[in-house]
Amino acid sequence: MPSLLFWFFSLLMLIGGIAVVAFKNPVSCALSMVASFVGLAGLFIGLNAYFTGIIQILVYAGAIMVLFLFIIMLLDLKVETGRKPKLGAVAAGFVLVIAFAIQLIGVLSSSPDKELPKLDLAAGAAHYQDLSPKIANTLSVDQKLPDVHIIGQTLFTGYNLPLQILGVLLLVATVGVVVLSKRQTN
Amino acid sequence: MATLHQYLLVSGLLFAIGLAGVVLRRNIIIVFMCLELMLSAANLTLIAFSRFNLTSYGLPDPNSQMLVFFVITVAAAEVAVGLAIIVALYRARQTIHTDDLTSMRG
Amino acid sequence: MNQLPWILLFLPLVVAAANQLFLKRSPLAVITSVASAAITFGIAVSLLGKTGTSSFEWASVIGFSIDLGITLDPLSTGMMIVVTGIGLLVHIFSVAYMKDDEAKARFFTGLSLFMFSMTGIVLASNFIMTFIFWELVGVSSYLLIGHWYQKDSAADAAKKAFLCNRVGDFGFLIGILLLWRITDSLAFDGMAAGVKAFQLAHPAIFAATLSTALLCVFCGAVGKSAQLPLHVWLPDAMEGPTPVSALIHAATMVAAGVYMLFRVQFSLHLEPEFLRGLFSSEVIAWIGGITALAAALMATQQDDIKRVLAYSTLSQLGYMVMAVGLVAGEAGMFHLFTHAWFKALLFLGSGAVIHACHHEQDIWKMGGLLKKMPITGITFLIGFLALIAIPGTSGFFSKELILDAAHEHNPALFWIAAVVAVLTPFYMTRLFVVAFLGKPRDHGSEHAHEVGPLMFVPLALLAVMALISGYAGVNKLSPALPEHAGEFHFHGIVPWVSLAAVAIGVAAGYLLYKGKDKDPVSIPLFKNRFYVDGFYDNVVVRYFQDAFAGIVNFFDKFLIDGVGVGGLSRGAESFGNLFRRVQSGNLQGYAFTFGLGVVLVIYFTVFR
Repeated sequence: MPSLLFWFFSLLMLIGGIAVVAFKNPVSCALSMVASFVGLAGLFIGLNAYFTGIIQILVYAGAIMVLFLFIIMLLDLKVETGRKPKLGAVAAGFVLVIAFAIQLIGVLSSSPDKELPKLDLAAGAAHYQDLSPKIANTLSVDQKLPDVHIIGQTLFTGYNLPLQILGVLLLVATVGVVVLSKRQTN
Repeated sequence: MATLHQYLLVSGLLFAIGLAGVVLRRNIIIVFMCLELMLSAANLTLIAFSRFNLTSYGLPDPNSQMLVFFVITVAAAEVAVGLAIIVALYRARQTIHTDDLTSMRG
Repeated sequence: MNQLPWILLFLPLVVAAANQLFLKRSPLAVITSVASAAITFGIAVSLLGKTGTSSFEWASVIGFSIDLGITLDPLSTGMMIVVTGIGLLVHIFSVAYMKDDEAKARFFTGLSLFMFSMTGIVLASNFIMTFIFWELVGVSSYLLIGHWYQKDSAADAAKKAFLCNRVGDFGFLIGILLLWRITDSLAFDGMAAGVKAFQLAHPAIFAATLSTALLCVFCGAVGKSAQLPLHVWLPDAMEGPTPVSALIHAATMVAAGVYMLFRVQFSLHLEPEFLRGLFSSEVIAWIGGITALAAALMATQQDDIKRVLAYSTLSQLGYMVMAVGLVAGEAGMFHLFTHAWFKALLFLGSGAVIHACHHEQDIWKMGGLLKKMPITGITFLIGFLALIAIPGTSGFFSKELILDAAHEHNPALFWIAAVVAVLTPFYMTRLFVVAFLGKPRDHGSEHAHEVGPLMFVPLALLAVMALISGYAGVNKLSPALPEHAGEFHFHGIVPWVSLAAVAIGVAAGYLLYKGKDKDPVSIPLFKNRFYVDGFYDNVVVRYFQDAFAGIVNFFDKFLIDGVGVGGLSRGAESFGNLFRRVQSGNLQGYAFTFGLGVVLVIYFTVFR
């Protein structure tokens, strides 16, 4: 991934994040979050995680954001006015965040850096030869990374039970949400 | 080409921004959004490690992508339930301002 | 020694416990109590003349043990006859007297508890046991005085009795500990050896130390036997039912002080001349003499029949204490023995009168009772004659011996005793003339009629004892007997003085009070009991007690409560409050703490 694109998406993501924290209007915040997630998705794709990048856009920007906006509208939230943030609390929050960032830089500077390694598609093809001829074919013939196929293959072979449980979790969440948002009738 | 440290740095900064939002903002919906930012920052770390530590056969590690996949799914469920709780809370208290929610005061 | 003494001791306790636990509302309680009194009397008679000890270890600390033990000797067996004999008659009398009382079972439970406690004092073989039972008689006396606790006066009287006794018991306990240090023995039969050893080891301080210890022990007797200045509780104790007054506050418990003093003197085995020279004996004798005189003076102006008798008891107890102080304890014990019978008789007689007059106690509202209630009247007359020591009655023999002792050792006290001997017939004649002779003055006495056999049989038996208990033969029952007891010996000045005293007293009383409807003399000083009660109420209670209460309150509130208990609790509370502030209920506060924790964890895991 060219550095330029990395910095562009990184900045988009960070500025979007800062905007979420900084904006007073909740709707602006939600939209800033979308921008932030678009940047994040760009970074994912730059890291050859195409599927995850797309999912990030679909789930967060598409579903979760709509949900947030919907709730904001439902509750008819206005810009926060008349509430002075407490100076002590704000200062404490900043101190905490800065301490965290300093620690982050400390950790990173004391650990070895790593250049982006090149993908070895031929070895991958050999690995997937027995498991999935289709993936091996894409890798060796088309010289592309079949990300979605590999994830699907891993998901349905290695993570079958967690996937089922995840389905149940989503069902429980759905039922829970219905119960929670139902108006209490005595 | 970007290095691992650069990815980890932006991921950490996003996490810090999210943490700042959680600590500083008083609107519970925005606090919730910031939580999502923090989760996503963790996801970025996972994906970066997946890409920078290739498997023995030279491809990005699919297991960490699995983890991200699960995180995203659980986050979606969590957002749904969380927002439902916020709605219920708003009905009960007519506020989603965290300064007003002090019934846990000891 | 067999099991009998232990049965004698514990049977009343078992009965009291059974009554309290199972028979609270049952008429059976009366029967069990009377039966236990009868059985204990039987045992006491069978133990007469036996000697021996029996004890078992009750508690032991390294090198020191406390025994529960019983001593049988003439002193204790004789005293047991008095206690159980009068106890039995009082029980029987109470069956009739308390017939209509709602809390009969409680009353008899108290009587049984008292019998247990008193038996314990009499039989105790060591000082610790004496002290325990000493307190137990205090408790049972408290319960019985306060039997009609619904009446404020009864509740107050019970409290007063208890508190006065506590004051004395404080000294008593110190005395016990001092004697223990001196003789190195808590058991009575080990004292003689111990005191000899101490005398040899510390001849210089021996007399002073022993004197102090005996005076402290005497404090206990002052409280229990109601000597000056702690006498105030006994007249008030007359608020209790009359049988209780007869048993506890005339015959037995109040005599326990005299008994205990004599027991100590007797156990020390010292030369009488040495004892007499002790400062403590002097003090004991004088307190006894002054009590006898003061109480007799107070008695002359009382209108309540029971109070007259109560002051008379005080006065006679003064005689006994005086005898002990003069180291003529045998005479004192002999007087205790005879006095127990005739004073119990007088009290039960007054109980019968009160019962017949519908609970009227004022002698000026009685009158003519001798005709209405001949048996009661005649038995009362016999008690009266014994009390004023008419020659031939039991009181004469014992009182003569005390007067003899006083005459021999302390002439000043002899003349005080002689004055008392004038006053006693005077106030008793006053009582008898006003209450039993003349005409009825009130509705109650007009309709009085003779009491039933359950009441007059005990009276008759006591009257017999009042007449004969002094004579040689019968007086073998007495706990201790001086030489020449029960003999008429008209030589020297003493008998003539006492005869003259009786004659003067009776004549004065008869002439002054015959046919009068109200008291012709009024001496406020005597009527108000020398203002001692008032002094206690207004000065001691108000100033000393309140000041002391203030100090105690300070200790309790500020030091113990404030600094000790409260300080600890406040410390814990403020510590808790400190942590409570962490629980602010502020969401962001929690998030901040959480983030801080994360930062710290990173710091400690990575950078250290």
